[in-house]
Amino acid sequence: MRLLEYQGKELFNQFGIKIPESILAENVEDARSGAQKLGFPFVLKSQLTVGGRGKAGAIQKCKDTSELETKFDELLKKEVKGELPRGILLEKMVDIVKEIYLSIFLNRSKRCFSIIASSEGGVDIEQTDNKIIQDITIDGISDELANTITSNLNIPDKSKESFVNLLLNLFKVVVEKEAELAEINPLAIVSGDSLLALDAKVIIDDNALFRHEDLQKYLYLSDLEKQAAKNGFSFVELEGDIAIIGNGAGLVMSTLDMVSDANGKAGAFLDFGGRATSETIYEALKVISRIPKIKAILVNLYGGIVRTDLVALGILEAYKNNILTVPVYARISGAQSEKAKELLNGSKARLFDTVEEAINAVVLKINNN
Amino acid sequence: MSTQFDIFKILSGDESDADYEKKPVIIQGITGSFGSTHTKMMRSYGTNIAAGVTPGKGGSKLEDVPVFNTMAEAVQASGSAISGIFVPAPFFYEAAKEALDNGIKLIVAIPEHVPIIDSIKVYEYAQKKGARMIGPNTPGVIIPEIMKVGIMPAQPFTRGNTVVFSRSGTLMYEVSFHLSNSGFGQRLGLGIGGDPINGTNLIDSFELIRNRGDVDSVVVVGEIGGDAEEQLAEYIIKTNFSKPVVAYIAGRSAPKEKRMGHAGAIVYGNYGSADSKINNYANANVPVAKSPREVPLLLRTRLRK
Repeated sequence: MRLLEYQGKELFNQFGIKIPESILAENVEDARSGAQKLGFPFVLKSQLTVGGRGKAGAIQKCKDTSELETKFDELLKKEVKGELPRGILLEKMVDIVKEIYLSIFLNRSKRCFSIIASSEGGVDIEQTDNKIIQDITIDGISDELANTITSNLNIPDKSKESFVNLLLNLFKVVVEKEAELAEINPLAIVSGDSLLALDAKVIIDDNALFRHEDLQKYLYLSDLEKQAAKNGFSFVELEGDIAIIGNGAGLVMSTLDMVSDANGKAGAFLDFGGRATSETIYEALKVISRIPKIKAILVNLYGGIVRTDLVALGILEAYKNNILTVPVYARISGAQSEKAKELLNGSKARLFDTVEEAINAVVLKINNN
Repeated sequence: MSTQFDIFKILSGDESDADYEKKPVIIQGITGSFGSTHTKMMRSYGTNIAAGVTPGKGGSKLEDVPVFNTMAEAVQASGSAISGIFVPAPFFYEAAKEALDNGIKLIVAIPEHVPIIDSIKVYEYAQKKGARMIGPNTPGVIIPEIMKVGIMPAQPFTRGNTVVFSRSGTLMYEVSFHLSNSGFGQRLGLGIGGDPINGTNLIDSFELIRNRGDVDSVVVVGEIGGDAEEQLAEYIIKTNFSKPVVAYIAGRSAPKEKRMGHAGAIVYGNYGSADSKINNYANANVPVAKSPREVPLLLRTRLRK
């Protein structure tokens, strides 16, 4: 779960990492009263989970009321990479002496957490060679390591102690709140030598959420995602018109690629996992049927543990109850597939021996309509 | 550690041994619906399930497998060094720690949704104990026609001389199915798991078979997210890995910053993108199939060279 900037900053604040004064506004009335409390000038920052806000123009300076009226409204309506903001953060501008990049992230190949720090803040860290990477064990950051990083970053003497404290606190955020990433970019040294997190990018480990009731309020799911989650499905809505359902994330991803290679456009990814019954597939079809742009459903089943005959029963049930209004193209192999095919024979579902045949048929049908 | 750790030996002994197929396995969480279903399937495949553990169910039996309350009792009774863990994710850490504390050398961690920090702790602890974890979120490990510890179906796998390492369960089945149909049986199928942290990663997996004369080729099934394939490509080049390798990568068409079903299958920026993986593989002379069906075709070409 990627937190919004203001949520990440709330978390930082709890752990003693200082942030600029700010107010979250969800509508223009909030923004007006927020502006009064905060005082001009400030920055308007669109609250999105996607990256690249600055480049997309979703961060704007605001110097007076008339600018607030126009810019606030504009930002609230502005989609970035298909996402609308969940509020706009009004944030006090600060005098920056120096900007730093600092993050602690899950280092997958080394199977530990690592620190990345750079004395060039505000940059895209992938694009700069001027950075330090240090691995840390789950036990913590040693004084020696903290000192090494501090001197490498050329932190002014007066701010060194604050920086070390901040680094230790950031690690606490990662361990205690189970984050995969906690990034401050930029971390500003402001006049008066104190340190302020000007941005916050925090990704919480979804699998650990059950241990963090306080973070569950940040979980934001669309109605469809909620319905999918309730049934234990992995579900991602995509831009096209063919829904892809299967048993296993890898298999569904692979089907997505093949559909795309055949010039089809996937509109949904749904993995119902390895414990499917006729009810599970029925529920999956119900979720998909709520997406209006979907024109066909491609079911790719490799039965091993999953009994494909039960899946077939679920499809028949969905037809019977008029859940399904779009055609189903199914590839069913593996366990009990002969029985599944027998069941679906004569139904509205079209059956194929290979996924390639099913994909060709569905893409031909959709692209000719 | 990885080179000394012979997975074939720990799973099934030396082929010359009289008890080759009889290495005992403990199942933690054996009485749960998932654990019991798969215990029965593993047994019918030939796996020697010697004991099970479910706290509170000690003294009972599943089929004729004795169930114990603790790993200490199960290990003592069975002499096993292998544990298949089938408990729900929130209990995984405790179960794994108990296994390692009682001398288990190979943990096959089936649960999905294990918190990352728990995986790291178990990984670090296993290292300390000279043990290995496969998974979590793995379908398990199979020596076709001999034994399996995991949840993979039997049908796709046939015995032969290629190995399949996979980050995805269903794709391991699908790819093995196509390999089997084309006459490429498998010496070993190992699911490394779809999570960001793998107790046994792709490089570790390659180390397991690098010097084995009975393995003539490797198929590696990957997906978007992380840099496991990039690291593997570097390893293949650096170590002059000599067996032919063919790869498949799922998720080429997936959008960025969306988790595609697996906890580990997500692209941030260009980190973990399919392009990055395919390019790195190209440098290591590893062809990447466009679909599971294409895997045996590429393998045949590679083996002819």
